[in-house]
Amino acid sequence: MARTKAASVDVKCSIRAPLPKLSAPCKACSTGPPPARRYDQVMARNPVLHLTERGLYCPAGDFFIDPWRPVPRALITHGHSDHARTGHGAYLATHAALPVMRHRLGPITAEGICYAETRRIGGAIVSFHPAGHVPGSAQIRVQVAGEVWVVSGDYKTGGDAISTPFEPVPCDTFITECTFGLPVFRWQPEAAVMAEINRWWAENRAAGRISLIGAYAFGKAQRLLAGLDPGIGSILTHGAVEATNAVLRAQGLALPETRQVTIEVSAKTHPGALVIAPPAALAGPWARRFGPAATAFASGWMALRGHRRRYGVDRGFVLSDHADWAGLNAAVVATGATRVLATHGYTAAFARWLEGRGLQAGVLETAFGQTEDETAE
Amino acid sequence: MNRFAVLFQSLDGTTSSTARTLALAAYLREAPEPDRLWTIALLTGRRPRRVITAGKLAEWAAEAAGIPDWLFAESYSVAGDLAETIAAILPPAETTTNRSLSDWIATLRALSAQDEPARRAGILAAWAGLDATERFLFNKLLTGGFRMGVARGLMQRALAQATGLDEATLAHRLMGDWSPDTTTFAALITGDGAQASRPYPFCLAHPLDADPDALGDPTDWLAEWKWDGIRGQLVCRDGRVFLWSRGEELVTDRYPEIVAAAQALPEGTVLDGEILGWAGAPLPFATLQRRIGLKTVSRRTLAEVPVIFMAYDLLEADSTDLRPQPFATRRAALEALATDLPPELPLSPLARFDDWATLAAHRQAARDRGAEGVMLKQRTSPYHAGRKRGDWWKWKLDPFSLDAVLIYAQAGHGRRAGLYTDFTFALWDGPALVPVAKAYSGLTDAEFAEITRWVRAHTTDRFGPVRQVVPELVFELGFEGIAESPRHKSGLALRFPRMLRWRRDKPAAEADRIETARALLAHPAPRAYL
Ligand SMILES: [Zn+2]
Ligand SMILES: [Zn+2]
Repeated sequence: MARTKAASVDVKCSIRAPLPKLSAPCKACSTGPPPARRYDQVMARNPVLHLTERGLYCPAGDFFIDPWRPVPRALITHGHSDHARTGHGAYLATHAALPVMRHRLGPITAEGICYAETRRIGGAIVSFHPAGHVPGSAQIRVQVAGEVWVVSGDYKTGGDAISTPFEPVPCDTFITECTFGLPVFRWQPEAAVMAEINRWWAENRAAGRISLIGAYAFGKAQRLLAGLDPGIGSILTHGAVEATNAVLRAQGLALPETRQVTIEVSAKTHPGALVIAPPAALAGPWARRFGPAATAFASGWMALRGHRRRYGVDRGFVLSDHADWAGLNAAVVATGATRVLATHGYTAAFARWLEGRGLQAGVLETAFGQTEDETAE
Repeated sequence: MNRFAVLFQSLDGTTSSTARTLALAAYLREAPEPDRLWTIALLTGRRPRRVITAGKLAEWAAEAAGIPDWLFAESYSVAGDLAETIAAILPPAETTTNRSLSDWIATLRALSAQDEPARRAGILAAWAGLDATERFLFNKLLTGGFRMGVARGLMQRALAQATGLDEATLAHRLMGDWSPDTTTFAALITGDGAQASRPYPFCLAHPLDADPDALGDPTDWLAEWKWDGIRGQLVCRDGRVFLWSRGEELVTDRYPEIVAAAQALPEGTVLDGEILGWAGAPLPFATLQRRIGLKTVSRRTLAEVPVIFMAYDLLEADSTDLRPQPFATRRAALEALATDLPPELPLSPLARFDDWATLAAHRQAARDRGAEGVMLKQRTSPYHAGRKRGDWWKWKLDPFSLDAVLIYAQAGHGRRAGLYTDFTFALWDGPALVPVAKAYSGLTDAEFAEITRWVRAHTTDRFGPVRQVVPELVFELGFEGIAESPRHKSGLALRFPRMLRWRRDKPAAEADRIETARALLAHPAPRAYL
């Protein structure tokens, strides 16, 4: 059945044939971006890391970083599912990242490492450094014979209350994500966004409505919890969020009191409550028990009206676990890297931009993240 | 601008129409009168003259943000909205001002009289003093296209709440050829600043999905053909003639034959009807389309595409508003009036029936007359302002349909930015696929998202923003009509094409052939019946 196969092709899990990376020209100025270079066009002879079918590979240390197919040895930046996948022989991640990984992946052979602790693997020296993305998230530094590469994983440069803050790591080659690598993405300080969310909740409560907010179960949900004002009312959670809360609380993360939504919970039992659920649950029958609730979504994508309207929620709060345009640029500069490879986002545009600023830059086609405009982070 | 920005945020920040109506009503009570008037004007599609081209704006914004043009273009293609892109890429405001909406509009007016360097300086200075939302709105004033998702009905409800007047009265007062330059809030809304040209709000019908049996006694109803032209209103007042299209566009100059015929109408007359291409029988809409965009019509086009105004209803006679009277009464008055009118102003004939089966037969035969179906109007119904359920129904023929192959895709804008939603479809012509139609509606968001992923992975070529894709996916297209068109590669033009469903079960090879589409053309030609 060729039909079904074509229609359900899974872009995320396959390595796509390299399509031309030209983007659509603008109606306003009718100039298209010049094509960015692929990574192999800017690559040195014996690179510290290179791209294989299974993921980013370090020949000197015989390990992979965030591989998307099963490998014997995987170094993992953080517990999100596009980075930490099942089926690897052995995992290495920060101590703080491991509990969530075990929760999501089941029994795995894994070893923990502290931030900044160095370890020799074969001919490579590796260390993990805070990425500020979610609890336990790391950038991975790999040094082979005096040459230093850093894989950013996902990161954000603005701080939050739950993750160890991002630290720039000096390197020669920086492999950076660029989920929000366009100048239209500019974040407000977290405190300002949280104040808006609390105000929205209080208004809904005053109007006798439940507040339903969509947020990813690991990371965004806890970040919201840490910033919510529990004085406004009770906080309810979807099962997927509550399970992650339990894992992080056991690690010592202080979160306000939450109540998991069960069959007995409704708008009647908890009037004016705020409910945190994964985005998919908001649209489904699960959310109906709360009646005509006010709905919102917390994501960097909410910076764009088109995304917000497509999502069909009342409010979009611009709160991202990734760096904005200014953050990405600052991070690149802070590493002092002379070569930057962009992955995970608006890669062609970001690489081309960096090239214009005098860096050697290219695009690394990985299977991280979603396609550029899905409402996911 | 601050108050207007707050209004915008509350309209934009909720999908509840009750909350939106409340927010707009509050604004219409409290804002200074000139701002109220401008807000009504902007939200009903009236905007200040364009000060500057979109291209120049983009260029200046990119310069101010310190980014190259191509990166601006990338950002725009992702945001999908020029005003939003500019607002987002500019560095945050250095100072803030709190000038009113009408004050800003006055500034724009003044700028339009100046040379380009002065306009550039004025716009850059404005950007530097506005926050992100105000900037977005200011850019919308510059580029036009102010929708904010405020439908006419919502505006009328909010105004009704704010003023205590009833909605139908307000609907009428908002119609026609006014601008904030020629009137005031008081004159337009609360006073009587009526202009001779002002049309009435159109009464619209709901589609009838089920059998008409449920409508009760057939003798309570009158039926007419549903013609496929442009709904219009012919206004004769103060010795002048005004022709309005349903889009509230004044199109008097485009149809001189109708205006000439209207000289025969008595003073103080308003007719509701259909502008139709006509050569003894209705011409296909595709033919009429040749005249839609023409402001001045050549002798040749006049001869090739003659038009008539088919009269449906009499809304005003002897300068008296007849809308509250029963349709049967208005119809009788219209029939009496129509006896002495020139042939360019024919009376819409009734489709007579005593039982629903006869009406169903009329509907089935509608295409033979060049009509799309039948209209049903309750004898007792007043001429409502807008779309009100129950008194008027349109009972259209089932659409034509064809299974076509997706060959090109283009990203949408606004709500659909970043999603591939604008498609070109083709039919088989021998071993080749020839494009026959563009369509961009009829699928769910989830389907568009799935097709977007598919498009990304199956692009074979790019032409600017258009992606050519592997010809694999088949869609059932519905359309209301088909006509020959030398302008199209296929030689065919489909009317109102849209996607009825995704035929996941059909391989491309089994999509329809161009001959199948041509066979639909061979439908008996409309014949004259008047
Ligand atoms: Zn992540
Ligand atoms: Zn990721």
